[in-house]
Amino acid sequence: MKNTDTHGSGYAVYAIVLVVLLVLTTLSVVITSVHLGAFTVGFALLIAVIKVGAVISFFMHLRSENRFLKLAVAGVFTLYGLVVVITFIDYLFR
Amino acid sequence: MSKHDVHMEHIDRDTGKLGMWIFLFTEMFLFGGLFLVYAVFRNGHSEDFHAAADDLNTFIGTMNTVFLLTSSLTVAMAISAVQKNDNVLAFRLVIITLLLATLFMADKYIEWSHEFRSGIYPGSQVLKNMPHGELLFFGLYFMMTGLHALHVFIGMILLTVSLIKIRKGNINYEHYLLFENSGLYWHLVDLIWIFLFPLLYLVT
Repeated sequence: MKNTDTHGSGYAVYAIVLVVLLVLTTLSVVITSVHLGAFTVGFALLIAVIKVGAVISFFMHLRSENRFLKLAVAGVFTLYGLVVVITFIDYLFR
Repeated sequence: MSKHDVHMEHIDRDTGKLGMWIFLFTEMFLFGGLFLVYAVFRNGHSEDFHAAADDLNTFIGTMNTVFLLTSSLTVAMAISAVQKNDNVLAFRLVIITLLLATLFMADKYIEWSHEFRSGIYPGSQVLKNMPHGELLFFGLYFMMTGLHALHVFIGMILLTVSLIKIRKGNINYEHYLLFENSGLYWHLVDLIWIFLFPLLYLVT
């Protein structure tokens, strides 16, 4: 918390993050327009995960938050991942 | 203000923000559940999902992604501006954010109107005659983008309240928790769209 007011609030950093996000968006549009079969979903999701990471770290300042919040966010995503995996184990091997 | 008061306020801000994050976690699971339904149905009806997703307008979807990503930037910058005691800049940046949000909603209106005119809307005869997988896709499409649009709308209300308070000076470099939390909510709206966009529009 102590760092939020000073670090990570630079306009230039935000602008760079936006450019990266827009480049990634273009990349995902281009990649998915080429038919790569099962890889298409994988690429699109990978790019989405990177974009989400950038938004959470920079725009939502998680990077400069305390360790408790970082662990909580990591925990929530891990929990969701487990829910997805367990659901699919049930669905595919029933 | 005594040293004790400063300390108390610091704790309030921390807890206020933690509360918002916990609320955002519940929102992630709300949409996460829908994404899971999408994943399971897609697995069982991949051909139909391909065909149905092809009907969506990728250009409109891409434009909306650009609008939301840019609006996330302007909100983040506006919060920095408030922290730097520049309410005038913050005010302008929130106005730009609201304009981008309006563009997003206008796009959504055009998109949905077009679909409704082609007879594609929940419960329509056209939809009922489609293969089962396409029916499921469009059901999820309207549910997910509709729920997301509702979140955009709520975010716009929160930002408008913040805008008024920035103007009045009730939100300033010392007190900006409401604005910071509204910003977090706005970023969540962006996060959800980052997943919705490729899954509904791109992976055809």
